[in-house]
Amino acid sequence: NCSLPVFKAPVRRVAIFGGTHGNELSGVFLVKHWQENGDEIQRTGLEVRPFITNPRAVKKCTRYIDCDLNRVFDPDNLGRQITEDIPYEVRRAQEINHVFGPKNSNDAYDIIFDLHNTTSNMGGTLILENSRNNFTIQMFHYIKNALAPECCPVFLIEHPNLKYATTRSIAKHPVGVEVGPQPQGVLRADILDKMRKIIKHGLDFVHIFNKGTEFPPCTIEIYKIMEKVDYPRNKNGEITAVIHPSLQDQDWQPLNNGEPIFLTIDGETINYEGDCTVYPTFVNEAAYYEKKQAFVKTVKVKLTAKGIRSSLS
Amino acid sequence: MAASCRLKPLSRVAVCGGTHGNEMSGIYLAKHWLRDPMELQRGSFAVKPFLGNPRAIEKRVRYVGQDLNRTFTTEFLSSAEAEDEPYEVVLAREINQTYGPKGSAQAFDFMFDLHNTTASMGTCLIVDSEESLLPMHMCHYIQMHYTRSPCPVYLYKLPGEETYSINSVAKAGLALELGPQPQQVVRADLFTQMKDLIACALDFIELFNKGTVFPAFEIEAYKITGRMDYPCYPDGEISAMVHLKLQDKDFLPLNPRDPIFQTFSGEEILYEGNTTIYPAFINEAAYYEKKMAFAKMEKHTFSIPGLQRE
Repeated sequence: NCSLPVFKAPVRRVAIFGGTHGNELSGVFLVKHWQENGDEIQRTGLEVRPFITNPRAVKKCTRYIDCDLNRVFDPDNLGRQITEDIPYEVRRAQEINHVFGPKNSNDAYDIIFDLHNTTSNMGGTLILENSRNNFTIQMFHYIKNALAPECCPVFLIEHPNLKYATTRSIAKHPVGVEVGPQPQGVLRADILDKMRKIIKHGLDFVHIFNKGTEFPPCTIEIYKIMEKVDYPRNKNGEITAVIHPSLQDQDWQPLNNGEPIFLTIDGETINYEGDCTVYPTFVNEAAYYEKKQAFVKTVKVKLTAKGIRSSLS
Repeated sequence: MAASCRLKPLSRVAVCGGTHGNEMSGIYLAKHWLRDPMELQRGSFAVKPFLGNPRAIEKRVRYVGQDLNRTFTTEFLSSAEAEDEPYEVVLAREINQTYGPKGSAQAFDFMFDLHNTTASMGTCLIVDSEESLLPMHMCHYIQMHYTRSPCPVYLYKLPGEETYSINSVAKAGLALELGPQPQQVVRADLFTQMKDLIACALDFIELFNKGTVFPAFEIEAYKITGRMDYPCYPDGEISAMVHLKLQDKDFLPLNPRDPIFQTFSGEEILYEGNTTIYPAFINEAAYYEKKMAFAKMEKHTFSIPGLQRE
């Protein structure tokens, strides 16, 4: 009978990560503030732990020291033997996995909110790793309703090749919070405020869930990752065109066949060629030039979550 | 009316992109002009594009050892070579050799310096002082002919202070400061604006060289008077952010008791000065390390005498 809710144990341990990228400042300053004064993030019956994941990168106000921390939580790196020349972030990933994981075990934290900023005009985006995680989809449904009429896009990064091993993936319910546009190394009050509201509603959801509220089945519209698009390059690998003014700042807006995507330095337009309408995101993200990513194509999909209810009520 | 001032025609002009290695509009433009210099050429003078800080550009950072754009002082330019000098000190001496020496008759006639800022400064023109006649006329010409957006004029030199910027190596200079743009990002709109502004400025030089008489005029400009720092905790970390109401309000009046900061607990900090000032560089990423929140400026109207070539 599909109308019966899925019973789930109450949530006991939540972490809020800031500084996974040391120059994405909203999360850094929110976590540091909450470490001094955590009243705002406390909910009864719940441990909420704010934590700076990459302190050396935070100190230097740089994305990372040796390698991107948000890409090294895969089994190989987590199991790697520690040697003298191991990258700082791999060593750090193992420490974090020890405290908040181990990944894929029953001891892992229930939820990790991982706070990020982007130079792209993505607004307050929630990132979902698993399309069958009923609890997280229900949380996102709750947050979207709480923020309405303000938009809160949900980005699903589940994909055989494109999914990446994030810091938050060690938790049972990983939640990515990506707020932009904000330059690296800059702290904007409006962006911080948006991130703060998302966390508040996320924690409220957990609290309400723990008290025994039944959340009926729900459906949300999400954007599912399809493909990364690189910048046009010459034979030396140098970028020869930039994001077209018509695409700049248009994250989550429909992109149709024949519409402009790049502008060469000589002023020529390069158009999108594709069979279907896509919804670009991470348009002109500073950190992705080195990852060869001008924007990411997504498609709109409806995701349904089963009803859920806490089992201790 | 006083007769026009007469200055020598310009024969050697330089355009520098990438003085800061993460300010991308100028870097892309300079690389484009190095590949294809035709766009820069006019009849009566030579234009030389160059990349200011190659190592910083390669690493996509502002600087490697120290800020190149603060290194063109006598102290650094005339210091003896040493073993472990910062990269930018060695570089500054080389640039001074090629485009200077600063203060000498051999120096280039004019240097443009291309910058971006994370602040909402639009298409800002930076000159050292209102006494620099040719750059002030150039700004006026740009304001008259580039009408897509206002071009506020920012005078950066404090009284008694030595000039320190890369374009102070040349006999005269102008910096373009376009924003907001994140570091390491190229926005097509700003790139195009910067290209068009340089084209306009080069048109001015051509007209000047050909003998055009530029009459006296009055111009509004913002002159720096000081800086406002972030409030900080005892450990040196900033304890408040630029207030929502001040964010993006570069070149707009800030009155006594207007809010300027908000703490993470939600308290407001108000401006305690006695007079209206005009902030710029509000929330510039590169100034966090100096803990500087914005530059304070006064708005003036200056009378600039007429100009023509000798």
